[in-house]
Amino acid sequence: MRIGLDIGSTTIKCVVLDDQNHFIYQSYERHFSQIIESCGQLLAKIRSRFPEQQEAYLAISGSAGIGIAENAAIPFVQEVYAARVCVNRLLPNTDVVIELGGEDAKILFLTNGLEVRMNGSCAGGTGAFIDQMASLLNVTPEELDTLAKQKEKTYTIASRCGVFAKTDIQPLLNQGARKPDVAASIYNAVVSQTIAGLAQGREITGNIVYLGGPLTFSSSLRQSFDEALHTTGVCPENSLYYVAIGAAFCADQSIDLKKASDAIAHYQAKGNFSYRAPLFSDQAEYDTFLTRHNRCRAPRGDLLSYHGKTYIGIDAGSTTVKAVVMGEHNELLHEVYLPNSGNPVPLIRTFLTELYEQKPDIQIAAAAVTGYGEELIRSAFCADYGIVETVAHFTAAKSFLPDVQFVIDIGGQDIKCFKIHNGAIDNIFLNEACSSGCGSFLQTFANALHYSPEEFSKLGLLAKKPVDLGSRCTVFMNSSVKQAQKDGASIEDISAGLSLAVVKNALYKVIRASSPGELGKKIVVQGGTFLNDAVLRAFEQEIGTEVIRPDISGLMGAYGAALYAKQKAQKDQKSTIISQKELAEFTHDIRVVTCGLCNNHCRLTVNTFHDGRKFIGGNRCERPVTKAASSDERNLYAYKRQKLFSYAPVEGKRGTIGIPMGLNMYELLPFWHTFFTKLSFKVHRSPVSSRALYTNGQQTIPSDTVCYPAKLMHGHVQALIDEGIDTIFYPCMSYNFDEHLGDNHYNCPVVAYYPEVIGANMASLQGKMLIKDYVGIHRKKDFPKKMHAVLSQYFSDITLKEVQDAATAAYAEYDAYLLDIRKKGEEMIAQARSENRQIIVLSGRPYHVDPEINHGIDKLITSFGATVISEDVLSVHAKKTKRNVLNQWTYHARLYAAADYVSTQPDMELVQLVSFGCGVDAITTDEVRDILERNGKIYTQIKIDEISNLGAVTIRLRSLFAAIGR
Amino acid sequence: MAKLIYDKTGRLLFTKEMRREYTLLFPMMAPIHFTILGNVFRHFGYHPELLTTTGPEIAQTGLKYVHNDTCYPAILVIGQLIHALQSGKYDLDKVALMITQTGGGCRASNYIYLLRKALKKAGLEHIPVVSVNLSGMEKNPGFKLTLPIIRRVVGAIVYGDALMLLKNQTKPYEQNDGQTDALVDHWTDYLVKKLNKGEGCSKKEIRETLKQIVADFANVPVCRTPKVKVGVVGEIYVKYASLGNNNLEDFLASQDCEVNLPGILSFALFKVDNRLEDIKLYGGSKLKFFVVNKLMRYCEALESILIESIKEAPQFIPPSPYQHTKSLVKGVIGYGDKMGEGWLLTAEMLELVEMGYENIVCTQPFGCLPNHICGKGMIRKIREIDERANIVAIDYDAGATRVNQENRIKLMLAVAKEQLTNKEDTCGI
Repeated sequence: MRIGLDIGSTTIKCVVLDDQNHFIYQSYERHFSQIIESCGQLLAKIRSRFPEQQEAYLAISGSAGIGIAENAAIPFVQEVYAARVCVNRLLPNTDVVIELGGEDAKILFLTNGLEVRMNGSCAGGTGAFIDQMASLLNVTPEELDTLAKQKEKTYTIASRCGVFAKTDIQPLLNQGARKPDVAASIYNAVVSQTIAGLAQGREITGNIVYLGGPLTFSSSLRQSFDEALHTTGVCPENSLYYVAIGAAFCADQSIDLKKASDAIAHYQAKGNFSYRAPLFSDQAEYDTFLTRHNRCRAPRGDLLSYHGKTYIGIDAGSTTVKAVVMGEHNELLHEVYLPNSGNPVPLIRTFLTELYEQKPDIQIAAAAVTGYGEELIRSAFCADYGIVETVAHFTAAKSFLPDVQFVIDIGGQDIKCFKIHNGAIDNIFLNEACSSGCGSFLQTFANALHYSPEEFSKLGLLAKKPVDLGSRCTVFMNSSVKQAQKDGASIEDISAGLSLAVVKNALYKVIRASSPGELGKKIVVQGGTFLNDAVLRAFEQEIGTEVIRPDISGLMGAYGAALYAKQKAQKDQKSTIISQKELAEFTHDIRVVTCGLCNNHCRLTVNTFHDGRKFIGGNRCERPVTKAASSDERNLYAYKRQKLFSYAPVEGKRGTIGIPMGLNMYELLPFWHTFFTKLSFKVHRSPVSSRALYTNGQQTIPSDTVCYPAKLMHGHVQALIDEGIDTIFYPCMSYNFDEHLGDNHYNCPVVAYYPEVIGANMASLQGKMLIKDYVGIHRKKDFPKKMHAVLSQYFSDITLKEVQDAATAAYAEYDAYLLDIRKKGEEMIAQARSENRQIIVLSGRPYHVDPEINHGIDKLITSFGATVISEDVLSVHAKKTKRNVLNQWTYHARLYAAADYVSTQPDMELVQLVSFGCGVDAITTDEVRDILERNGKIYTQIKIDEISNLGAVTIRLRSLFAAIGR
Repeated sequence: MAKLIYDKTGRLLFTKEMRREYTLLFPMMAPIHFTILGNVFRHFGYHPELLTTTGPEIAQTGLKYVHNDTCYPAILVIGQLIHALQSGKYDLDKVALMITQTGGGCRASNYIYLLRKALKKAGLEHIPVVSVNLSGMEKNPGFKLTLPIIRRVVGAIVYGDALMLLKNQTKPYEQNDGQTDALVDHWTDYLVKKLNKGEGCSKKEIRETLKQIVADFANVPVCRTPKVKVGVVGEIYVKYASLGNNNLEDFLASQDCEVNLPGILSFALFKVDNRLEDIKLYGGSKLKFFVVNKLMRYCEALESILIESIKEAPQFIPPSPYQHTKSLVKGVIGYGDKMGEGWLLTAEMLELVEMGYENIVCTQPFGCLPNHICGKGMIRKIREIDERANIVAIDYDAGATRVNQENRIKLMLAVAKEQLTNKEDTCGI
């Protein structure tokens, strides 16, 4: 008899084979992280079923099985390897295996060079991810599968990791997108993630086999894979058990089953996980803590007996919807706190209907809405005001602590915190997409372990050894938790550890504080997550200061909105909010269309209400709403695009040369275009980036954590090949031009050497000429000779004289281009000043001009009425200055110089765009922040990735405008 | 406390007075090398102290004082230094820090600035930081990399490479447990004493000493049953430092593997050679070329001594000469790729495959920019050139868990073991 156990991250799979390798038993069950118990029970079951078998060939496989196998001295087989052994035996003609598990994704290439790939630590879970997304849609995974079959269209959802996708999905739901479409989009994201993360430059073709839970259970997912790979894969019988079967096949030691059972049962974990001081040493300490916090209460009143004006505040958050009714003395009369299962509209409708029923004579003076769903709710129910979340929270916090210095709000999936300086919001920290999901992470974890979130967090209060889980993104934490469990941490220790982790994430990843003094002494904490005493305690412990937690910690957004409505309301104002009569007739219809007014091709959700009013969501600029002409005349990014794309191909005797339009080419196109045109080449640049262009080159990307601008290059080169271009010029450049702003003038390693990656990973370049030699445009004198040598390798008839002339023209054109941009920038500044407009210096790299990279943030800013210019317009005004960092990259030196200049201009603010995964920006962002804050300016950073939703960006920008009083 | 003197940019200088009185702490990377290296400086009147601390508090300290998105080595190196300063073990008025700075286009050149920022955050601004570099950055009156020091540093690296190589090729097969380690300790002690006296670094001394060392290791009784041979390449810190790579070498040993870590000398050669390649590619001063070329030749001369000594004992596989390693990447990746480990990393993978270490762990800090190119970016190409290459890329990070990393390595090892069995089977026939 042979037994194979596959202990995965969420399930245990087991097969028993007889001596002829026939299946005689199989089981598949979730283990809810109770691995030892489940495993022991399973072996007991097998023993009682086959009592005559004292011994069997037994092997364990699976990511969660290593510890048990080692401790119980049972052979361990790595799971991908086991799957391969099984496929080789059962389906010998297979070329590629795609296996998705609870948290792993794997691709096995079996023919033409064996390779096995597993998802990197960043890619996050897949099965767990689908479960998480299903619960976000409030359906079971099975229902998700059924839903996806009714799709009409799909949305682009970021595929790098679950947290990103969530940030994309939530606003889609909030804006009223159809569930079937979202469901199908989720599967597409999984597919895209698997292909991008794992294929790593290798094409997936031939006979494809699908294995593992998600692919077995969801035919929609299989179909998504089929569509993406242009093939039809097979999901074989027993597709859940391949790893277990492989383990059984690999088992080469006969093991006494009783002994093995005993060994597993006695597997006492080592208990050497690192841990922190307990949250509370005893109940008494906890009681004191509770008494202190219970003192902080909002005034209350009784709705039914209340007479007078009322104010309504609604916070349509990402995972919950909160609404309050407030009286004239700021007393809370009524409150609701509802989980948002996707569409907040019906929830608010019910809230208002019930309110009118309870108190038909209610006098509503004003209503304000805040949160993710602000615009939708405001227009659906005709609320008087909409305010940005940060302002709402600040307003509420002030009512509890008038001289509050710092507000931190940890909600369902975001952390918002800000400093208050001179009575205004001064410095906003929002969690970047990477570390978000804090509150909901606790919840997901509680659910996974079969606890309610409240029960789960209570467990940790008196834990003796809270696990130290560090301060990292939730996906990492997930595996840390598993590790700790394996090392014997109790559920109590883990609960406390997770609370600590949430706090540390907020402090060290979002705020990046190093001492409590940085936050000030007057701190208000709020958001649903702080209702959790364990989190609150962990926070106080970590910063060493007692903080204020209002009893309405979870309602602060809504309460703040109500307070705001009261402040704004005129003396005899009557709210414009929908009346009881209208509410009865209220209907809400959603339609999805693609906007064709510009290259962004936003997917718009058009919400139509009973009286014909419309609300359009998903737009990045005002054009689809107002139908107004574009505001490009105050957008230097738009000007740059127009200018760059005006370099048109000119017929030449030497044929066509292709240039991929990405990364540094966004600035060097004028140089190279002129250079090669002069040399009688027809210069053909690749098209403007788009999602489709990206997808087209996606499977040749070898490193899934490189920045999005670099990943796009694969698409650009592929586009050139698809257009029939045989010669592509994309040089390596360690150095950029020396603009005398820094200590050196490097390109970042990715910009400098990405051509190497293109050359080594794009099989479609075979038979084409990729010129990726190292060139030094920074040495103007040496360049012609060196470049001539480079070109002579490819073209025999180019003379040095020709190269010299071409170089002269190229340098001149480059200078003229920069000058023109600066001139235009200066004009825009002057224009803005004459119109009294805010000037936003949208800073980043030249390639952040690409609309697929910046996702239309430039247009979003102009839609607020501001003028957008770029950092290179200003950097010429600054002198080389000593920095606190090694100032050695040309593009980055401009950032510092621009920050210096902005600091001297009262009508300019700097917003820095940072591509996710940009290691260099870990350094530049700190320095730019430093420069600005030293000069009393607000620093705003926007992290961008494949994510195309601008919800969080809008909050940041609106908060910025609110803080500077515009 | 010595008088604090600042230069005109406001940088705190390491003065001659400090040189006399201060302990110079420096962080751990490669244990054998760094133990020997520190003593080079001792002979010249410095008081270096290598930090051998370990444990999760180091990463925690780093995370507290360094931007969390910065590469992991920065977090660990700075974490280890600050952790030491906060340990109470040192007189904070009589201690300075020393770290290397390459001056390349990778963010690693910024460590020293990040360290200063961290010191400021921790309220330890009065502690001077000394940059050890060959680019003439950040001069200090009390610290100078003189030619005699450079010569001895190179010598120490040669010794370190030899001991590391011999240890790695002997220990997995030793018949008496602990014998190899004892031998490493013995020779390390010997070299420490020699270097303290300023001896042991002439070409002649190196040649003679290496001869004895190799003979000693060759005499360790071994049983060379075939084992899975694993090469380790990657970003230099996580490649060598057990703190950075979750004790990768120990883990591989526990999985019954023989490990090969290409030495530091080739990295030093690479960094010197870059200056020559720059001039070749983009133009530049002939004089500079001449001077750098001289240093290059000196290091290469030592390299041949190292290789010749190891060849004395046929059971050991010597490192490939730098120029040979370099020739392996011709047409694969350009010699202009010099940031971080640059083309050398790709070359080392090819070299390892050629030497029979076809199973490779390519280590990098999570999000390491140069490794997107020369590490992960080249794996496909390497496999195209030599199908035997069995490479796994592992990211290291404060948040990445060991179990995930080890699971991935185990996958690579499972394939490696299968290949090993196939090889044995073929031999059997």
